[in-house]
Amino acid sequence: MRLALTFIPLLVLFFLVSCEREQRNFRAAPPAARSESLTQSQIQPGQAYTPPQTKNPTEYKAYELSQGKQLYEQYNCSGCHFHGGGGIGPPLMDAKWIYGGDPQNVFQTVIEGRPNGMPSFRGKIPDAQVWQIVAYVRSMSGQVPKDASPGRSDSMNTRSEPEQLVEPTVTKQAGQPPSTVQSK
Amino acid sequence: MSASIKSLIKGWLSASTATLCLMLAGCTGPSTQSSVDPMGPQARHLSRLWWFFCYSLSAIFVIVVIVLLLSTYKGWRESRRALEDEHDEERPLIVPEPERERSMKRVVLGATLLTGLMLFVYLIMSFITGRAISSPLHAENVLTIEVKGHQWWWEARYSDPTPSRIFTTANEIHIPVGRPVMLKMTSTDVIHSFWVPNLMGKKDLIPGKDTTLMFQADRPGVYRGQCAEYCGLQHAHMAFIVVAESEEQFAAWREAQINPALEPQSDSEKRGQQVFLSSPCIMCHTVRGTQAGSLIGPDLTHVGSRQTIAAATLPNTRGHLSGWIVDSQSVKPGNRMPPNSLNPEDLQALLDYLQSLK
Amino acid sequence: MSKTKEENVGVVREMRPRSEIDESSERQELERTWRAIPGLWGWLSNTNHKDIAMRYIVTAFIFFLLGGLEAALMRLQLSKPENTLLGPDLYNQIFTTHGTTMMFLFAVPILEGIGLYFVPMMVGTRNVSFPRLNAFGYYCYLLGGLFLYAGFLLNVGPDTGWFSYVPLAGPEFSPGKRVDIWAQMITFTEISALVGAVVIITTIFKQRVPGMSLNRLPLFVWSELVTSFMIIFAMPAVMMGSGMLAMDRLVSTHFFNPAEGGDAILYQHIFWFFGHPEVYIIFIPATGFVSTIIATFTRRETFGYLALVLSLIAVGFIGFGLWVHHMFATPLPQLGQSFFTGASMMIAIPNGVQIFCWLATLWGGKVNLKTPLLFVLGFVFIFVLGGLSGIVLASVPTDLQVHDTYFVVAHFHYVLIGGAVFPLFGALYYWFPKWTGRMMSEHLGKLNFWLLFAGFNLTFFPMHQLGLRGMPRRVYTYLPEMNWASFNLVATIGAGVMFLSVLTFLINVWVSRRSGAVAGANPWNAATLEWATESPAPAYNFIHPPAVNGRYPLWTRTAETPVVTGLSAERREVLLTSVVDALPQQRHELHGHSIWPLVTSFAVGVTLIFGIFTPWAYPVGSALMLLALYGWFWPKEGPKQYGTKEEQKLFFKHQTELSLRGQDPI
Repeated sequence: MRLALTFIPLLVLFFLVSCEREQRNFRAAPPAARSESLTQSQIQPGQAYTPPQTKNPTEYKAYELSQGKQLYEQYNCSGCHFHGGGGIGPPLMDAKWIYGGDPQNVFQTVIEGRPNGMPSFRGKIPDAQVWQIVAYVRSMSGQVPKDASPGRSDSMNTRSEPEQLVEPTVTKQAGQPPSTVQSK
Repeated sequence: MSASIKSLIKGWLSASTATLCLMLAGCTGPSTQSSVDPMGPQARHLSRLWWFFCYSLSAIFVIVVIVLLLSTYKGWRESRRALEDEHDEERPLIVPEPERERSMKRVVLGATLLTGLMLFVYLIMSFITGRAISSPLHAENVLTIEVKGHQWWWEARYSDPTPSRIFTTANEIHIPVGRPVMLKMTSTDVIHSFWVPNLMGKKDLIPGKDTTLMFQADRPGVYRGQCAEYCGLQHAHMAFIVVAESEEQFAAWREAQINPALEPQSDSEKRGQQVFLSSPCIMCHTVRGTQAGSLIGPDLTHVGSRQTIAAATLPNTRGHLSGWIVDSQSVKPGNRMPPNSLNPEDLQALLDYLQSLK
Repeated sequence: MSKTKEENVGVVREMRPRSEIDESSERQELERTWRAIPGLWGWLSNTNHKDIAMRYIVTAFIFFLLGGLEAALMRLQLSKPENTLLGPDLYNQIFTTHGTTMMFLFAVPILEGIGLYFVPMMVGTRNVSFPRLNAFGYYCYLLGGLFLYAGFLLNVGPDTGWFSYVPLAGPEFSPGKRVDIWAQMITFTEISALVGAVVIITTIFKQRVPGMSLNRLPLFVWSELVTSFMIIFAMPAVMMGSGMLAMDRLVSTHFFNPAEGGDAILYQHIFWFFGHPEVYIIFIPATGFVSTIIATFTRRETFGYLALVLSLIAVGFIGFGLWVHHMFATPLPQLGQSFFTGASMMIAIPNGVQIFCWLATLWGGKVNLKTPLLFVLGFVFIFVLGGLSGIVLASVPTDLQVHDTYFVVAHFHYVLIGGAVFPLFGALYYWFPKWTGRMMSEHLGKLNFWLLFAGFNLTFFPMHQLGLRGMPRRVYTYLPEMNWASFNLVATIGAGVMFLSVLTFLINVWVSRRSGAVAGANPWNAATLEWATESPAPAYNFIHPPAVNGRYPLWTRTAETPVVTGLSAERREVLLTSVVDALPQQRHELHGHSIWPLVTSFAVGVTLIFGIFTPWAYPVGSALMLLALYGWFWPKEGPKQYGTKEEQKLFFKHQTELSLRGQDPI
């Protein structure tokens, strides 16, 4: 009896503390017509200022990260970036971010597109899904909490089309015109 | 009779009446997605075996319950009798009458042998039925369909020796009546199970493996099936329909499906096609004959001709379709299709276009 | 109780003058040696089998109530089509937790707990062979259960079903830590079950009272023996399966990943190799309850002792050869599947033999219709119905129609609730006087039974129809046009009646504890040894364990039946006897209070719980476990001396010349 009385407040405490990692939201807000912009230009008048750090709450949620991982495959990000190692597009697993590695920067990259080949996905991928992809992309360089990061892939076994992913033989530098690379 | 025996018998009677009523309530008329309403030879074999089991096992059950009640009653009567013979009542019986024990031993032995015999009969019947349902494997004119399970919809691919006559559809399978159909199945993600009870038993779709299922429909009709292996959030809403029709109707349907999408005719339909091609729709869906070629979601080339949408969750009407497009998460929370906000004119145009894709 | 002082069976008495021995001082000494230390420390370091077993029983019953609440929520959600009480995510967590709770946290622990309580008493000893190991098992179980429920309350409860198939439960389709919590909880409860099994086997084999040769073992003890062996062979399989799943998820192994040479069906094989014996692990102790209750309430020996024992052993063996019948819808070869059809039907033979023997006992006995026997009668009705629907599932063709539908749900609830929960309630009514010294109310008991019987059939019988009419399992809702709504509503109403029944039981326990009729040592005039001592039993069980001269000791003993005397009252001492014939061999001292089982279980807990977050938990946790085991095994004192060397020789000489008096052949 006594032991039960000691356990109950502990359980109540547990109840009050919610577990952010495991939240699953199926109904994100409908995508806005226009997404907010955050400029990232090196050239500024007057004093330099440090751009604000942004946070993506999606990064802390395991379900969203796993969805981002699936979308990365399904929307064919891997077609250019492969599984983070880069190919036609720059690698995403490394610490070098041409247009900024903050969540908002990556979000802008996907929404606006970038010079030299990154298409704009505004209006094609809903914002909520873009945030999931952003979270996954940052997870590739280990920037998300370890216990929420997505598990290993059961990939390369169940595709509608037979497809062989070939390791790129030439790594591309951003800014150079893309050459033809075998991808089949 | 003592109060306790009376209440015992009363209790049993009321419980058994209730049970019987429920049993009989199951014997209503024909229905879809029911294994006791067979529409093909395989399902008929299975149904026959089921009814054989049901009746014989029920008979066995009734016998066991009668023996149970009789033994209890007899034992209860023994204890009443022993009460009158006072000094007998408390003494437990540890060396019972050898004569009676021997006869009970014979009865138990007999019952055991009878059980073994019945089980053997069941085993043989089970083998015979198992052979019967796999016999169409050797037929000549088998129609082969490739089925892929996705979380939470069904992809069906009708192959053909001529590559241009191959087409893919989703959640609605048409088959000709009277011809054996073989499904070659696999899964793209987790384990699903293809089950159309009116026609055949189920078979799992397992990633990394190919499984096959053979069945045949003998009567035209629309038979609903449902995924029968827990596959995640929307397992409850992963259904499909099998439309069995005459050979001519099937051939006509097949020809229509092979054709690429019909060109939009009216202005509204044309606008709808524009909306389709510039919205998130194009990221996941294929409409053959347009630029939309993604394989993530169901093929929509002939979506207007289907009877249901969302894996047989909603009827394919304008209202349901618009609700599905705008907020699929309220119908199937957790499914892969995100909500899409479109302005009203765009939505109406899109609906016109999609409904024209017959 | 009759006993005699002039026969010392097998034990040289302490070297004290006979005139100084009197029972009251021995009783006082025993009480002092065996009593539980009061306070929290005493509670946490208690190793008495009755206290540990009662904790198992109470904890498991609380989990039963929690599992029942989950079931109630499920039934409420399914009572009407397209209901919005529970969304899919919450429903999936609830049905998974319901199944996991009932199978891992309720059924096996409560049946093992009742076994741990009564097996030592029925074999006439004072405690189990390894008291501290016993306590360790309980703490592991408690930690595992709390871990699972903490997860459930934190939205990180498992949601992939109680058997958690891959690839759904794999790293790609089950993100987060939900399935990892499930996998580790399995490890906790299986450690607990294995430990309990080991303890029961050694107690049964080595600590029986003289005269209780194996052919005189009570049927309940036989059932616990067979169950324990089954646990030892089956549990490692699920620990392996859940361990491989955890490794696939956490450290990128590919056991079940077809892309890298693994196989999704491998998981099913490993799991069901455990899963099928698991249900017999649950059913067989219940058959022990039934045999015991039937013997007591028909006032005769259970008919067909040899047949019953052989059936138990047969079920134990055959039960390991059935597992593929859970996998008939997978692409395994048809011929192979047919073997499992044969085996699944074959197991009906030993089960049938048991039923026939029990019916024969009723037929040939003097029936005393009290609540425990009512539950046994209900068991026969419900279990036989469930077993017969099992024939439909055993046959591959019909199984292909009803697999993974509500027909299966109906079947397993009939065999599990009918086959285990009904006998369990009967056992609770039967043994309540022994635990508390008071009788439970017969009126409330009968009400309890009829509500449970009616409610159960109302809930689960319509599910047979639902399955045949196409309703699959594990669906959080269904469409209105499927015509399943009326059956589902009836099932929900039945669930409400079952809820009332369990409430009646709880009220009965509450009322009877306070004001039930006082029970003596043996209110049912039963035959087994636990009734040979007071109710509730003293901590040392028997002041002098009575030797037995038959299968029904309390019915066959006379004034001359010997008792075991001379066991030291100054330390916790038990008598060890030989395995087959229970000839006395030696005395053995058992450990008393110890905090090390708790500490070790914490070390295990730290390893397993933190192991899902970081692999470093394993080396650190192993070091902690090592430290805890150091404390556990640290020797306390030197070996015991039983008199001088000469006296010891005499002691052993007595053993070989010993013969037991007053033995009636059975």
